[in-house]
Amino acid sequence: MQISTTINGKTYSHDIEPRISLAHYLREILDLTGTHIGCDTSGCGACTVNLNGMAVKSCTLLAVQADGGEITTIEGMADGNTMHPIQEAFKEHHGLQCGFCTPGMVMTAADIIKNNPNPTEEEIRHGLEGNFCRCTGYHNIVKSIQHAAEKLNS
Amino acid sequence: MGKFIGKAVKRREDARFLKGAGKYTDDIKLPKMTQAAFVRSPYAHAKILSIDTSEAKNADGVVAVYTAQDGCGEYGVPCGWQVDFKNGETMREPQHPLLAKDKIRHLGEAVAIVIAESLEQARDAAELVEVDYEELPAVTDPKKAMEEGAPLVHDQWEDNAAFDWCIGNDRAEVEAALENAHHVTEMEYINQRVAPNAIEPRSYIADYDVNTDKWTLYTSTQNPHLIRLLLCAFVLGIPEHKVRVVSYDVGGGFGSKIYHYTEEAILTWVSKEIGRPVKWTSDRSEAFLTDAHGRDHVVHSKMGFDKDGKIVAHLTDEYCGMGAYLSTFAPAVPTYLHGTLFQGVYTTPLIHLNVVGPFTHAVPVDAYRGAGRPEATYLLERIISKAAKEMNMDPAELRFKNFIPPFDGVKESGYQTQVALQYDSGNYHGTLERGLEMLGYEDFRKEQSEARKNGRLLGVGISTYIEACGIAPSAVVGSLGARAGLYEVGHVRVQPTGKVSVYTGAHSHGQGHETVFAQFVADKLGIPMDDVQIEHGDTEQVAFGMGTYGSRSLAVGGSAIIKSIEKVLEKGAKIAAHKLEAAEEDLEYAEGKWTVKGTDKSISFGDVSLTAYVPHDYPEGLEPGLDYSSFYDPANFTYPFGTHIAVVEVDPDTGKVDLKRFVACDDVGNVMNPMIVDGQIHGGVVQGIGQALLEEVVYDESGQMITGSYMDYAMPRADDVPMIETDRTVTPCPHNPLGVKGAGEAGAIGSTPAVVSAVVDALSHLGVTDIQMPLTPQRVWKAMQN
Repeated sequence: MQISTTINGKTYSHDIEPRISLAHYLREILDLTGTHIGCDTSGCGACTVNLNGMAVKSCTLLAVQADGGEITTIEGMADGNTMHPIQEAFKEHHGLQCGFCTPGMVMTAADIIKNNPNPTEEEIRHGLEGNFCRCTGYHNIVKSIQHAAEKLNS
Repeated sequence: MGKFIGKAVKRREDARFLKGAGKYTDDIKLPKMTQAAFVRSPYAHAKILSIDTSEAKNADGVVAVYTAQDGCGEYGVPCGWQVDFKNGETMREPQHPLLAKDKIRHLGEAVAIVIAESLEQARDAAELVEVDYEELPAVTDPKKAMEEGAPLVHDQWEDNAAFDWCIGNDRAEVEAALENAHHVTEMEYINQRVAPNAIEPRSYIADYDVNTDKWTLYTSTQNPHLIRLLLCAFVLGIPEHKVRVVSYDVGGGFGSKIYHYTEEAILTWVSKEIGRPVKWTSDRSEAFLTDAHGRDHVVHSKMGFDKDGKIVAHLTDEYCGMGAYLSTFAPAVPTYLHGTLFQGVYTTPLIHLNVVGPFTHAVPVDAYRGAGRPEATYLLERIISKAAKEMNMDPAELRFKNFIPPFDGVKESGYQTQVALQYDSGNYHGTLERGLEMLGYEDFRKEQSEARKNGRLLGVGISTYIEACGIAPSAVVGSLGARAGLYEVGHVRVQPTGKVSVYTGAHSHGQGHETVFAQFVADKLGIPMDDVQIEHGDTEQVAFGMGTYGSRSLAVGGSAIIKSIEKVLEKGAKIAAHKLEAAEEDLEYAEGKWTVKGTDKSISFGDVSLTAYVPHDYPEGLEPGLDYSSFYDPANFTYPFGTHIAVVEVDPDTGKVDLKRFVACDDVGNVMNPMIVDGQIHGGVVQGIGQALLEEVVYDESGQMITGSYMDYAMPRADDVPMIETDRTVTPCPHNPLGVKGAGEAGAIGSTPAVVSAVVDALSHLGVTDIQMPLTPQRVWKAMQN
């Protein structure tokens, strides 16, 4: 099937097998390997991207469902060499260790802050419910998002 | 403290991860690369009657299909540690085949591999492989596996025991002391099987190049050199000098990526057969079925006390499941990494532990964050908390009463335990005092009794752990059955411009070595951190190494680098003395330059480096270059310790546990980067909380796994845990140059019993004395009803 998408501001068009997931399309066909796959049941959130303004898990969305859509992946968050304030906050507050869940965490964090510019700790934790991190115990991820929200609001 | 040592330096590895530019194995694509899929057994125990691959071989895009009949790795995967029977019989060590030939011994064991042009084609074709099985009865419970008539995992032996081992004082003596004890506390429970669940699934690419006759294996491993050694010397018999093993970014390990897995060897073999690169990445279901699990101990323990509450004896019997085969370190985990910690932080004079390690029809277990020490800590800390309740004593007071007095390992010698080890240094009173202060323990007790009057169920649990890490002195572990040394290699290459490349055999999969190692190298050499590059994870860059596990990177790997730095400075001083026309003993080195004492005559590190590589005006007889590699074999393990305290509230209607606070005061020796140490503690603590409240691998009677996905296996999510309140005391390690002890596992070792004891404490007035982990609402509610 033919699909067209705009990803990180660039337009792509491909003839693809209808059964492939959006995550697979991003990683294998577009070489956007920042989107990670950690499970096969939407449980871990490492594959989170933004589709048409909403955080989605790209491992359980067919690529064809994204036809005509506008997508931001982790590769589209920084402005050249200038990291997005959320990325900066993760670095500043040690919100990552092995880095594997990190792209999904950053994309989810962006979604949390977009929908709720002043989230409480509880709201952040609730918003992160769909993303596993096995390294940080979430402590510094929550702190990173709190600081990112403050910075984005200032 | 130097310019960088001890500072919360931000991590230099972060930018690539944050931009999605990390290089994990599955991100790598090679020209002409094929994709593999495995055909795995749907049964835990079965005879393979026939395998028909003809249809799969003819499917679209299929390059090849192989089964055990094709002769891939006839020796199987070896075990790295030998634990013999206490009666002298040698450990029973079955062949661990790469692909099952006649018999299936655990769910998910691979019977065939399909290689195709695309992953979809490989998976489609794997569905076409016809395997005819005869299902057999299975046993997955370690204790049941030792019952008369239990199905045999390996029928060449009369029962399922891989070993039957003991440690400590004479059993009869310990039993007699328990007979005469004023009070005896008894516990029976299961330290349940858990799945490590690094979020990056295992991934491998093997690439054989026919023109150079060399292999490259890209693998998500914690120790590339060890994988190369096992692959070459034991599994495939291929030449070590023609094999390169590369492990770039790895998405978490927690032990599960230490071991040499069958898939690594199969892919390496296949790549030569087909003459093309081949990739396999586990999906999450495969990970549950094939990654080594942790724990799986069935425990029966008795601890005796005198009338003042002093421990007089401790006796334990355990059945510790090995799974279907012996994974790399598996036999060591419930024995030498477990029994040797039964002293805890207490002066217990008599200790005996007996461990039977049965084979079961389950995926092999191996070291999982803490490896044997969390299981030892769980037992000691739970049984002491239970004893305190029974003797109507405060659990903190009972601990203070039994603590080993403080010792620094320098003025006071190390503490000789009853279970082989000698602790290096410790101040166990210190972390408990600080932990209680952080919590506001006395105020909490008041709050608790007030809350109880209002029907609220609040509880507090204390755990005062010790662990052994910085593994390990080679001769010691060799005498205990290890089949490898456990030193580390550190190579410091000073470039002609004075920039420094450091090659370490340690491997970072989240720990931040690229930052922390650069901090102390820069400080020791007195140069900017930007002038130091840390390289790891490639056998062609790093001469040798034993990898990262057992919280060893800094204590062992860091010490090896220090040794090389010392050699660099020693040679540098000779060059500097020549250039400054001074005697070596008149020089001092500070802030990146050698200075003639009492003068302003000096030469910089950069100038000396250049001189070493452009030796026109040079000391006679001295070799050019400034490049040293060192092996460091530690004198002892290191022994971090600490106090973890959990506060919970239990919902009286549903039994749901709300973890309200978690306080951790740890002592990991000297700290290079407090931000990173805190991060390690946070993560470890939450993994331990996961075991206490949520996690369990469950097999049914037939050996089917009923927790094989993230829909079924519960792990801590962000809203299951509070902020972790951390602090430290510092008792330096007396036997390594940085005085460090290791922080990678401490969190997971201390936290689990604190949480369980807190829940039991909340319900103690209802007569609850113990609850089996994980403490699901259902189990807690049931305990409340009884």
